[in-house]
Amino acid sequence: MLKSALKTFLRRSAGMILLAGVFIYLIFDMNPWNVFLRALFPEETEWIYPRAMLIELVGEHLLLVVISSALAVSMGIVAGIFVTRRSGRVYLQTVNDLTSLAQTFPPVAILALAVPFIGFGFKPTIAALFLYSILPVVRNTISGIEAVPGPLIEAAFGMGMTPLQILFKVEIPLAMKVIMAGIRISVVMNIGTATLGAIVGAGGLGVPIISGLVRQNPAFVIEGALTVCLLAVITDRLIAGIEESYF
Amino acid sequence: MIQIRNVTKKYGANIAVDNVSLEIPAGEICCLIGPSGCGKSTALKLINRMLEPESGEIFIDGKDTRDFQPELLRRHIGYVIQNVGLFPHMTVAENIAVVPQLLSWKQEKIEERTEELFRVMRMESDQYRYKYPRELSGGEAQRIGVARALASDPAILLMDEPFGAVDPLNREGLQAEFMKIQSDLKKTVVFVTHDLDEAIRLGDRIALMREGKIVQYDTPEEILAHPQNRFVSDFVGADRALKRLSRFPVSEFMKKPVVVKVSDDVEAFVAQIRKKGRPRFFWLLDEDERLIGPVDSRHVHTPFSREEDVMEANCSAITVRDSATLREVLSRMLGQGVKTVPVIDDDSRLVGEISILEIEKVTEEAALEC
Repeated sequence: MLKSALKTFLRRSAGMILLAGVFIYLIFDMNPWNVFLRALFPEETEWIYPRAMLIELVGEHLLLVVISSALAVSMGIVAGIFVTRRSGRVYLQTVNDLTSLAQTFPPVAILALAVPFIGFGFKPTIAALFLYSILPVVRNTISGIEAVPGPLIEAAFGMGMTPLQILFKVEIPLAMKVIMAGIRISVVMNIGTATLGAIVGAGGLGVPIISGLVRQNPAFVIEGALTVCLLAVITDRLIAGIEESYF
Repeated sequence: MIQIRNVTKKYGANIAVDNVSLEIPAGEICCLIGPSGCGKSTALKLINRMLEPESGEIFIDGKDTRDFQPELLRRHIGYVIQNVGLFPHMTVAENIAVVPQLLSWKQEKIEERTEELFRVMRMESDQYRYKYPRELSGGEAQRIGVARALASDPAILLMDEPFGAVDPLNREGLQAEFMKIQSDLKKTVVFVTHDLDEAIRLGDRIALMREGKIVQYDTPEEILAHPQNRFVSDFVGADRALKRLSRFPVSEFMKKPVVVKVSDDVEAFVAQIRKKGRPRFFWLLDEDERLIGPVDSRHVHTPFSREEDVMEANCSAITVRDSATLREVLSRMLGQGVKTVPVIDDDSRLVGEISILEIEKVTEEAALEC
C-alpha cells in the first residue's frame, strides 16, 4: 500500500516537482532576479539584498519553519489523539479553547513578550511560530478522528482489536487525509509567518523585506516576498499530493 | 454450545437484560427477536464481552467467558453488524485477513483461508480480492462481512441484524445463501433481528424478548402453533398459521405426479385413465420433460389436441419451485384459484405435485396439538 501511494504521489506531483527544480535553480542564480527586478523598478540602483546570499536566507527560513512545524505537528497530533480518547475527552473543550487562543494572539506580540525571557533570535521565533501553527493540526486531528464512523469502531472492537490497535489500524489511517490537510495549512501559514523572525534577528526571508522597508527599496521586498510565496506554493502542492494518496 | 445463566445488564436505573438464562445448542441458529429496546442487541454483546454484565455467567463449551482475555475471546468469535463495518481503507482481502493477522497467522495460511472463504461464499476470488468496499454492492459487501467474520474459523457467529440494511430482494437471496453455508459449516449462530419472517425462516430456535426478559424460547413451529401468552400471539401476528407454513418445504410434502410426454401415445394413456376412473388430472410434458400443462381426463378431444385440451396455457403462473415452502404453495392456490400446484426444479422439469389436502393435513396437526 505504501509503494502504490508513493507512485500516485509522484505521478500527481510531477508538475510541482518541476517547479521546485526551477525554484532551486533560482536560489542559486541571481541573474534572472536582476533582470526581473530591474525591469520592475528601474529607478533603483540595487535590486538584490547585498548582505546575505539568497541561499543563506532560504536556509535560515527553512530551519525556522521545519523546527517549529515539526514541534507543532507532533504535539498537535498527540494532543488531538489524546482528547479523542475516552480518558482525554474531558479536556477536549480546554484544548480547543487553548489552541484558538494561541492562534488569535498576534504572533508579533508573542515575539515581543517572549524576547525578555528567552532572548533574541532563533528561540523566541520558534516559540511564536509553534504557538501560531498548532491550531490547524489539533483541530484537524480531532475532526478527522471524530469523522470515523461509529459502526467501524464497533466492528473493530467486536473483532477483537485492543483500543490501541483500533487507533493505529482504523482511526489514524482513516483520519490521515484530514490530518494531512491540517498539516498543510499549518506549514504553509508558517512559511509566511516566519518572516517575522527578521524582527528579532532570527534571519530568514523576512530580512530583505524589512531591509527593503527601512531603505525604501521595493526590489528587496519583492526578492524576499516572492521567494516566500514560491516556497509556500510549492510546499502546499507537494503536501496536497501526499494528502491525495490517502483514503 | 452457549450457556447464559442469570445474566443481568443495567444502565443506571434501566435494566436492559433482566436475569436472562438461555442455552443454545452447538450448531444451531438462535434468533433473538423482539420490539425495539427489548435488550436483544445488548444480550448479544454480552456473549463476546463487548459489554460486561452486572451479574450472571456465560459459558462457551463449558468455559466461563471471564476466564479469557476479552480481545482474545472476541478474535475467536465471529461478529457481523448491520452496516457491515468493512474497513474502507482496506481491500476485500485485507479486510478478511484482519482477525487472522491479529492472531499472528502465517501469510500462507491467511492466503489459503481467504481462498477457501471466497469458495464458501461462491464469489470469484480474482474479481473481488483487490476491490475496495466502496466498489461493492450492498449484498456483496454483506457477504464479505460474513466471510470476514468466518476468517478465523470460529465456532460461534454473532450477527446483529446483518441483512437489515439490504433491500428485500437481495435480503432473501442473502438469507438463502446463509442457510446453505450454515448447512455446510454448522456454526453456532446467535442472530439478532427485528424481522419475524427472517427469524422464522432462519432460526432453529427463536427467543422472543420483551423489556429485557425472554418471553418464549422455542422452535418457530412451536411459537407459531402455541404462543405462550397475549404478547407472543400479538407479536407473531394473527396470520401465524400462514407464517407457520413457511417452515415446511414443499419438497417434503409433494406427491408423485402422473405424467405423460407429448411424444408418447397420449390417447392410449387417456383411455387407460378413463377406464380406471382416476386420477382425473395428469400433466403433459414436452420431449425434454418440461411441463406444458395439466389435462382433465374427462374433457379431452379425440384426437388429442394440445392447444384445446391443456387447461392452463400459461403454466408458469401456477407452478412453484422445489425450493419453495407451503406458504408459497397456498399463496399460489389462492391467487390462481387452483387446488393442485405443480412443483418444478431449476430446469423447469416437473418433480412433484401438491394439493390443498396436503396443506390441510399440516395445519390440522397444529390444531390437534392445542
